[in-house]
Amino acid sequence: AFFWLVSLLLASLIWFVSVRLSDREDAKLQYGLLIFGAAVSVLLQEAFRFAYFKLLKKADEGLATISEDGRSPISLRQMAYVSGLSFGIISGVFSVINVLADSIGPGIVGIHGDSPYYFITSAFLTMALVLLHTFWGVIFFDACERRRYWCLGLVVASHLLTSGLTFLNPWYEASLVPIFIITLCTGLWAFFTAGGSFRNILKCLSC
Amino acid sequence: MTELSAHLPQFQHGQLTENFPDNHLSNTNDNSERRRHDNSERRRNDNAESETNGQPQNNMQQVVEQDEEEDEELTLKYGAKHVIMLFVPVTLCMVVVVATIKSVSFYTRKDGQLIYTPFTEETETVGQRALNSILNAAIMISVIIVMTILLVVLYKYRCYKVIHGWLIISSLLLLFFFSFIYLGEVFKTYNVAMDYITVALMIWNFGVVGMICIHWKGPLRLQQAYLIMISALMALVFIKYLPEWTAWLILAVISVYDLVAVLCPKGPLRMLVETAQERNETLFPALIYSSTMIWLVNMAEEDPEAQRKTSKNSTYDKQAPANQTQNEGAEADDGGFSQEWQQQRDNRIGPIESTPESRAAVQALPSNSQTSEDPEERGVKLGLGDFIFYSVLVGKASATASGDWNTTLACFVAILIGLCLTLLLLAIFKKALPALPISITFGLVFYFATDNLVQPFMDQLAFHQFYI
Repeated sequence: AFFWLVSLLLASLIWFVSVRLSDREDAKLQYGLLIFGAAVSVLLQEAFRFAYFKLLKKADEGLATISEDGRSPISLRQMAYVSGLSFGIISGVFSVINVLADSIGPGIVGIHGDSPYYFITSAFLTMALVLLHTFWGVIFFDACERRRYWCLGLVVASHLLTSGLTFLNPWYEASLVPIFIITLCTGLWAFFTAGGSFRNILKCLSC
Repeated sequence: MTELSAHLPQFQHGQLTENFPDNHLSNTNDNSERRRHDNSERRRNDNAESETNGQPQNNMQQVVEQDEEEDEELTLKYGAKHVIMLFVPVTLCMVVVVATIKSVSFYTRKDGQLIYTPFTEETETVGQRALNSILNAAIMISVIIVMTILLVVLYKYRCYKVIHGWLIISSLLLLFFFSFIYLGEVFKTYNVAMDYITVALMIWNFGVVGMICIHWKGPLRLQQAYLIMISALMALVFIKYLPEWTAWLILAVISVYDLVAVLCPKGPLRMLVETAQERNETLFPALIYSSTMIWLVNMAEEDPEAQRKTSKNSTYDKQAPANQTQNEGAEADDGGFSQEWQQQRDNRIGPIESTPESRAAVQALPSNSQTSEDPEERGVKLGLGDFIFYSVLVGKASATASGDWNTTLACFVAILIGLCLTLLLLAIFKKALPALPISITFGLVFYFATDNLVQPFMDQLAFHQFYI
């Protein structure tokens, strides 16, 4: 979570500087800058995820050398899951908590012509995003571990794609549905990356 | 002002048998030690040196390397639990403070300032406001320094009764007066009708049980809860009565002061700790949050600890006016890291409060195993001043930030990470460490950064419902 926050901070810094340096009045430019800021933020997030991976790897080595049987008490998969989850949680919370806080207060959604489904779509989008971050974390760490850099690139690309889809936002069909499809696919991919298989599912279901 | 230290007063002079603190302190820092290819000799040397410095590091001496390795593993496993054990109370305190700030408007209304900060901040020019806040912060810090030195002097000249009385009066004030005000304001906010008799009964019970728990014996959980509550109350008072810029300045200066006071050879807090070490005593029955007893209660291996502690206690014969609390505090000091902290207003340095409770609880346990190989964590100790200032930071963030919850959350995460790092450093250095600087620095950086940089960005994104 801390790493995600730092990445967010840097991205905001860049955006802020760019806004300051640009023309305030030009709405199109501001819009473009916002998109630029978002893209930069996505890239920074992934960079920080990588940095976190490196840090955890070091810690893992240390733990392994100290432990009795030479293996670390926490597997890399667990760490990947936790890291993805924490990225997701902090990202989701940051995206949605102010919306939630406002939703308590008096008001009517979309009275000025915006979509009246703002809250519910925000909720769904945040959920998708949290899940996505978790899946990306698992896939990312596994890809780094096995040095499958095309996997890495795919993760970053899908993150960018998801973020980009949200730019289409009042047009919810175009953004929500693809994002959910992406979430499902990424989830399946992460499941198989983490070692799951049909047999595991069957075993789990049949107890 | 906050210290992390592993005290082992009675082991100060060369007993090589107890490895407890090492176990606790190692944490993941043994990783780094391993990576640095440290061997136990080096550690022993360090321990020896630190012992000659009078630092509470006797704990470090280890008998056998193999024991070290085993201990390290256990420490690693339980080291993380130390961190969690501290996360929970710090989080609780912050949650209470933020919840109060958000709901009870009393604590965000400007109703004047304390006499310690005489200069107002409603001035015409920015420069004047800056000057006033600097002066305010300077006055506050000098008050703190004076009180600290006074406390150290009193301790050096063994005026225990004075200190004890001072502590009792301040906890009385906190437990009765401040909680009365708090209760009143909460009732006002929620428009609850209440009569004086009920309030008097409630406050009386709350206060008396609090006094007993904190200064004498009581269940560990209750004592921890009380310590959290009074830290939250204190933090709320600070948030209410300190004006904006003064508050931030004070936070910054206090972390610097904490660093200086604990680490410099002539720093008051360090002298206090050393004097306590020399006299083989614990520090005052005041405010240190300890989670020691949890482990004693949960782990069967702790029982031998308890046994040993009990026997050690019986060998102690304190003639000092310090009461039983202090005696038992000395015991609980074994191997615990105590982050002693000097609370500015009250200037108490607390010994381990939980000791009497831990002894009581431990004595209540049946003694099972007699293994003395893995003395588990004595628990971790954190001074209440740390709680208070962390909560002040988060509370101020939630009260005055334009980014509202984002800023609050960012500060919260920053403080917790700072605490993690501090505990890591504690395990590396194994001596009294200030717990304020790292966390407060992170918290301040994140506050200002989030408020000014992140918030507009997130705002714009949320407005268009973009997600990143």
